[in-house]
This record gives sequence, structure tokens and C-alpha cells, in this order.
Amino acid sequence: MTCLPSQSGKKLGLVIDLDTCVGCQACVTACKEWNTGGHMAPLTDIDPYGGHVDGVWFNRVHSYEHTTEMGGRTVNFPRSCLHCETPACVTVCPTGASYKRASDGIVLIDEDKCIGCKLCSWACPYGAREFDTDVGVMKKCTLCVDRIYNDNLAEEDRVPACVAACPTSARHFGDLGDPQSAVSQLVAERGGVDLMPELGYRPTNKYLPPRAHTTRAASVAAPALEPVRAEGGFLGWVDRMLSN
Amino acid sequence: MHPAFSVVFFTTATGAGYGLLALLGVLGGFQIIPLDFWLGFIGMGLALGLIVAGLLSSTGHLGRPERAWRAFSQWRSSWLSREGVASVTTFIPAGLFGIGWVFFGSSGGWVTVAGLLTACGAVVTVCTTGMIYASLKPIAQWHSRFTLPGYLIFSAMTGSVILNALLQGFGRGSTAILAFSLLLVLLGWGWKLATWRYNDALEIPTNANTATGLAGGTVRTLEWPHTEENYLLKEMGFRIARKHSARLRQITQCVAFALPVFLLAATFTLPWPFATAASLLAAIVQFAGMLVERWLFFAEAKHTVTLYYGR
Repeated sequence: MTCLPSQSGKKLGLVIDLDTCVGCQACVTACKEWNTGGHMAPLTDIDPYGGHVDGVWFNRVHSYEHTTEMGGRTVNFPRSCLHCETPACVTVCPTGASYKRASDGIVLIDEDKCIGCKLCSWACPYGAREFDTDVGVMKKCTLCVDRIYNDNLAEEDRVPACVAACPTSARHFGDLGDPQSAVSQLVAERGGVDLMPELGYRPTNKYLPPRAHTTRAASVAAPALEPVRAEGGFLGWVDRMLSN
Repeated sequence: MHPAFSVVFFTTATGAGYGLLALLGVLGGFQIIPLDFWLGFIGMGLALGLIVAGLLSSTGHLGRPERAWRAFSQWRSSWLSREGVASVTTFIPAGLFGIGWVFFGSSGGWVTVAGLLTACGAVVTVCTTGMIYASLKPIAQWHSRFTLPGYLIFSAMTGSVILNALLQGFGRGSTAILAFSLLLVLLGWGWKLATWRYNDALEIPTNANTATGLAGGTVRTLEWPHTEENYLLKEMGFRIARKHSARLRQITQCVAFALPVFLLAATFTLPWPFATAASLLAAIVQFAGMLVERWLFFAEAKHTVTLYYGR
């Protein structure tokens, strides 16, 4: 049933550090590479070398300019399924294809039951679900359910592909239901936030806001060029002649 | 939101069909509409035809229509599943009522009960359709108190205008039903104006700051994750209607409400063949106008995912 299960308390999810993400898109390509052969395979690409490229991706990295009174900065922002605690994408599903696992809170789609009505993608405020027009079913992030429990992989590789690929350790994976876990501690320490908390979906994934601007650091910028003053005399005459 | 024609036609046609079916069930069951084989046959045929055409059209929206039967299973949580169950269940009393009222030419007793059950089923089905949209929090224009009553009012309105055309066509026009349909068109017009007014003044708490978790200041899109439009932008980032919304609203007001009001008012005064023609024209024009209204309902709705794209 697409009714939400009573939870075991385990809430697997990601913590994404907006301070250290450099927007390199490595997580995006690693996700695509793993998942196009994984649980929800294939992640179809339509017209991949043509003028109207389209295709299914579970993870997309946006770039924003965040301007406050402290100044402006570029923030790279990875966006994927947040594995919400009250995911409307699951409850709106008419067929039971969408479900939330009681054991670890991962939100998944049973592709064999999906009728491709697209209502779940309308119900998700974060744009986490993408429709595969080629197969006719909806697809979404699986939190690499086929990696994290995979006994065939070395233990250190049993993390989502995006986490394994991140070169700046901006992505962290763990149990957010356990207040003692490393990810929960990180969220507490850095003031991790929910996206669109006002909508009440209670996302499991948390985002760590960029650290505050500091005034302590030495200025590394080159000094500003001095303006050229209009001069009299010979140099002034040369300046006027060359300026014409 | 992308206005897929299959869904625009589906909601408009089933709305009119269930409206007509509910009115036939109540008015036929209580003999307010006179017993007449051809009137009943064409009336029930039209109502059920609109419903079936709409339901078939809705399967055109599916990626895997051959699995549509699965949609009857999750009625405990999903309004879409409830709509499926309610729409199919309504065929049972509707079929019994149609047989009793049209073929046996009887009303009263079990036919009246079947007629009333048909009307209840029709109302419940339209409610479930409205709730599919009203329950979606990411789309503020739909997640409002105007959506569900809107679906009910427009269903009753289009159904009654078709019923009036039908009665006029069989020379059994009734001033009461003509006045009833005219009032419903005026109510629908007022409701649509109130809905637009509410949507235009809507202050949505969700913005680029809450969407990205970046508090304070302004969040401006520098770069998209992709160069071409993806599924999200095609399905939920539809912008054409917002560009032309003022003109399209005028067209809706004119074709779905003003012209039918004029034609129905003219029906009061015109002699026989012209009154019938005006009533028929009112029903046809209004159906076309409601397709524009429903197209706008989708196209003007803004999904929160567009915030990530700076739209």
C-alpha cells in the first residue's frame, strides 16, 4: 500500500555541505554511471548527441549567486531525492508502485507497477522524480540501495555513488534517525537545514549552509589601480595627444 | 504546469458528463423530467458517452496504459485511485437507472433509488477529481479552497446547460431548468473571477531562499544543471499561458460564461426553433470555453520546482 509505514527509527539519507561543494558535477556523472545499470536502470538518454538532449538524472547540481549584506558568493547546490518522512509522492500513487521502506526510510518505485501517471512528480516540491519517456515509468534516486547493502563491494564502497565520487567530501551518508551518528552530529554542529520546511514534507536529507563570511582573513586581492589624473605640462600634453 | 490535452479533455468531459448524469438521476428518478424513451436514451447516452470518452482520454496521459487496472488498488491514500474506484462504481447504479428509466419507462421504487445513487456517485467522483488537484501542496494555485468547489460548480453548470439543450431539443423545455442553468452559469462565472482574484493576490511562503536553504538576501540562478529543457521544465515549467494569461482569461470569460448567459437569456424570449438553437449553441460554446478554462487552470499553475530554475 502507498500508505506510509510506521518507521523503525532508521532514517538513511544524505547531508550535503553547501560550503565545500565546488560544483564539479562528479556526483552527477557517478550517479548516472552507477544507476544506469542499477536498481532503476536504464536512465534513458533521448537524442544524446543531438540538439535537444534530454534524459533521466537522479541528481542535478545548480549554481546560485547568494547575495546578503555581508557580500555575495557562488553556491553550488546539488538537488536529489530527500527521502522525506511524509512523502506525498508516495501517498498520491494510485498503484502502490511508490513506497517508503519501513526498515530504513528509503523512498523507492516498483517499476513493474508504475503506470506513468506522473502524479508523484507533481506532488514532489523538489523535482526529485523524472519521467522516463522511453520506458513509460517514473524514476528517482534509490539512495544506491544496490550499493549500500551490497556484500560484493568492499565495505568502504558501500555508500551511494555520489558520496563515493565527491572530491571535496561535500556529501555525507548515514543514519539521520540516530542522534549519535556522524551525520547527525555534523548537522547539529553546522546547523543543517531542511529544504522548504514550510510545506511539511519533513525531508531526511539535510543541507549545511555555507559558513559565515569572515573579516579576519588577509585580503588576497590585488590593490585597485589608481585613477589617472589629468595633468598639465608636457606629460599632460602627451596624455591628451595620445587620448585623441 | 503543462496542460496535456488528454487531461484537459478528461476533466472537462467527465465534469460535464457527471453533472448531466447526476441531474438525470435526480430529476428523472423523481419524474421532474417527463418519461420519454428518446430523451432518456440520448440523455443517458450523452452523459455516459462524455464520461467514457473522458476516462479513455485520461489513459492517453499514462506511460503504461496497459497497467491502468492497478490504479484501483490504493484508494486508502490516493485521490487518483479513489477517483478510479468512484468513477467505475458509479456505472453500476447508472446502468440500473438507465435500464429502468429508459427501457422500462418506469420511475419510482428501485429506479428512483438507483437514480439517487447515481447522482451520489457522480458527485463523489467529481469531488475526488477536484481533490487530486486540491491536495497538491507544491502548486499553490491548486492547493486552495477554491479548487474543489470549482470542480463541483463547473460540473453542475456544464451538465445543466447540456440538460437544458436536450430538453429544448425535444420540445420539452422547462423554464425552471432553463433558469437553473442560467443561475449556475452566473455562479460559475463569479467563482472563476473570485479564483483568479485570489490567485493573483496569492503570497506564497516558499521562495528561492527556502528552496535552497540559503537564508536571507537574494538567491539568483547563475547556471542550470543542464542546457536543454528537461522533464521537470517541460512538465512543470510551462510558461506560455502566463505570458498570454490576460487575453486567455478574456476568451474564457467570453466563451465559457458571457456567450452562454446571453444565449440562455435569449432562450426565454425566442420562439420555438430559435430557442432550441440558442440552447444547443449555448451548450456547445460553453464546452469549448471550458476547455480553454481548464487549459488555463493547468497552464497558470506554478510548481515550486520552478524556483530552482529561477522561473
